[in-house]
Amino acid sequence: MQIHKYDTVIVGAGGAGMRAAIESTKRSRTAVLTKLYPTRSHTGAAQGGMAAALANVEEDNWEWHTFDTIKGGDYLVDQDAAEILAKEAIDSVLDLEKMGLPFNRTPDGTIDQRRFGGHSRNHGEAPVRRSCYASDRTGHMILQTLYQNCVKEGVEFFNEFYVLDLLLQDVDGVKKSAGVVAYELATGEIHVFQAKAVIFASGGTGKFFKVTSNAHTLTGDGQAAAYRRGLPLEDMEFFQFHPTGIWRMGILLTEGARGEGGILRNKDGERFMEKYAPVMKDLASRDVVSRSIYTEIREGRGCGPEGDHVYLDLTHLPPEQLDAKLPDITEFARTYLGIEPYTDPIPIQPTAHYAMGGIPTNVEGEVLADNTTVVPGLYAAGEVACVSVHGANRLGTNSLLDINVFGRRAGIAAAEYSATADYVELPEDPAQLVADQVERLRTSTGNERVAELRKELQECMDANVMVFRTEQTIKSAVEKIAELRERYLNVSIQDKGKRFNTDLLEAIELGNLLDLAEVMAVSALARKESRGGHYREDYPNRDDVNFMRHTMAYREVGDDGTESIRLDYKPVVQTRYQPMERKY
Amino acid sequence: MATPTVDKAAEAGQPEPGFADSPYITVTFRIRRFNPEVSEDASWEDFQLEIDPKERVLDALHKIKWDQDGSLTFRRSCAHGICGSDAMRINGRNRLACKTLIKDINPEKPITVEAIKGLTVMKDLVVDMEPFFQAYRDVMPFLITTGNEPTRERRQSAEDRERFDDTTKCILCAACTSSCPVFWNDGQYFGPAAIVNAHRFIFDSRDEGGEQRLEILNDKDGVWRCRTTFNCTDACPRGIEVTKAIQEVKRALITRRF
Repeated sequence: MQIHKYDTVIVGAGGAGMRAAIESTKRSRTAVLTKLYPTRSHTGAAQGGMAAALANVEEDNWEWHTFDTIKGGDYLVDQDAAEILAKEAIDSVLDLEKMGLPFNRTPDGTIDQRRFGGHSRNHGEAPVRRSCYASDRTGHMILQTLYQNCVKEGVEFFNEFYVLDLLLQDVDGVKKSAGVVAYELATGEIHVFQAKAVIFASGGTGKFFKVTSNAHTLTGDGQAAAYRRGLPLEDMEFFQFHPTGIWRMGILLTEGARGEGGILRNKDGERFMEKYAPVMKDLASRDVVSRSIYTEIREGRGCGPEGDHVYLDLTHLPPEQLDAKLPDITEFARTYLGIEPYTDPIPIQPTAHYAMGGIPTNVEGEVLADNTTVVPGLYAAGEVACVSVHGANRLGTNSLLDINVFGRRAGIAAAEYSATADYVELPEDPAQLVADQVERLRTSTGNERVAELRKELQECMDANVMVFRTEQTIKSAVEKIAELRERYLNVSIQDKGKRFNTDLLEAIELGNLLDLAEVMAVSALARKESRGGHYREDYPNRDDVNFMRHTMAYREVGDDGTESIRLDYKPVVQTRYQPMERKY
Repeated sequence: MATPTVDKAAEAGQPEPGFADSPYITVTFRIRRFNPEVSEDASWEDFQLEIDPKERVLDALHKIKWDQDGSLTFRRSCAHGICGSDAMRINGRNRLACKTLIKDINPEKPITVEAIKGLTVMKDLVVDMEPFFQAYRDVMPFLITTGNEPTRERRQSAEDRERFDDTTKCILCAACTSSCPVFWNDGQYFGPAAIVNAHRFIFDSRDEGGEQRLEILNDKDGVWRCRTTFNCTDACPRGIEVTKAIQEVKRALITRRF
């Protein structure tokens, strides 16, 4: 075991982690730990753009953006945070441009902007061009630009270091962060990183679904580590299903395709979104569009022999426009489906995309131990966190924005904290939990296999807690997950080695997915209303009287060692916008 | 068939989308295994599996790892050609496993899979990427400017933006660099990927570090080592015209115009 000491340690090297690292490296001795290489992070898969009311191409302002974000989140958004997001969006985009990001340009050389779902002019009048973009690889450009600037600033990376535990210590009755424990993939060695400040920026948890746009590596490692150490997880029942994943594969096809004029059609060729969202049509918010697609499919208007998908039709757009604005996604259709999008519509279905919930933080990125108490020295930003700027449903282009605005804020706040704070003493045997976990998996002779349990989990989640949920489906998910968690205790792996043991890695990841799936299902069961991405067929309406509140899920361990989930609730911060019925 | 448009695709002889009625076929994967914890020698190992030919080579590797041999080791993340983790040598050619469909590489014969060349193999298909990223860092891959920053964005015409568009696509997968015979023989050579990333900034109208980067690339291990074999261009999963970019850097070195 090795022990390292840094002022600030950042867990994860996607957009939020690297944006934080650029700030914290300037101010404090910083280490970035990532289980991948930084440029492999899933920020790079984001396509359509980053929202900011630059007003480069038409009238726009941050107040409209704030409103759209709150409405998009079905009023579960903390309004003070949404206002910060929309205000700081403008400098955030300009900062990236100055760092070198090659945005597409208008004829007069400014940053070009395009339409995106849920972003509107003057509180819902009509779609507005707010998304700043670089072709259909905006996330790739952001990830590259941030990595380039990390190279420039000399950010210190520990690549393929997988963080498995968060060290929290009680100091005079206050729970403080002492550091993290990581597993070095190349050698199997365990490393303890003592740090004054820790920032979690480890991304999402989409891999508990089968059809998902998420990378194999998005297994909720940060959320799971925090949760196991007694910190709450907020609003985990809210997961976004992106309307346009490639049929059966889930690969993302950007909403920018509809921003450029693409149309969703059912088997009769009907532009069905006109029925569900007369004003915004195909550019309604993602939860609305995903539900509309499944409604078409359920009512027998789906496409294909099994009627299990609909079409994204780009055939009326000029090939030059597709080549210039959507080259990557048109290539995905060619590569993975053998389809030519110039002439043929693309079969799509909603795909599990984004966790609105996560580790609760305030607007400075400080992690909360309950509704109000900050954990000194602990920060989170990006998809792993819940500020909450996305509420019950995130708007497209607001996640690339979130990682930049709150990644920056967390990086500055953490470095400023570590400039004055003292190290918290490490616990006696800091690596014990990780060492035990690794040893147990490596030596287990149980008869359960990781791949089988993961497959059963993913199929259960797709069947029971996706776009449509009921008491019955969620209960069957809760039961199935409990069974899988039991069987997980008997899981064994074939690779018993230390060197690059990805067999072991996948087993640990599965454990995280199971913990988080349970939190999601239990949180969803208790929310007896429909709001944003959480749609209950048995409670089809939003219920502001009983459920205008964030869910806070805590892991409880009884005296006899039995685990359970305790749910608590936190009020939503409302400033200037009163909840209204949500129409697009 | 649900709509006329799909019938049109079928008539045109295109494969039908989806997997519903696809026949599974038996494919042999011949994989170069190496694990110094077990043996100092690398060896080939055959795996047979039933798979839909419309699936990816990455799907096949996963099936092998998940159903047959959990110790098979490779990197992957996004699984659709964006993250650059899974460059490997498939039937003797560098490709991304997640962007290569089995039907496109003749599944009748055993499909060989081995680690990319020119970088030290750590285990099975995993290589040491550090020398590759070091070369990248050496070309100063970031925007260099002087003077005060503008309040708003720097202006750039659409034409100036287009000038370096191709080289912004790079995902640092190393498929190009590890396909280059010069790099195989001399690991000191920067390799195509580093030059591509230098190109991305040299030809960016906002950048003022071109001269510095050109001096770095003018080094004996720099751009002049390129023998224009076009392996890199063939290997690039993003379709970047790598050799052309290298030629443009060479020309800029001679003319000092960019």
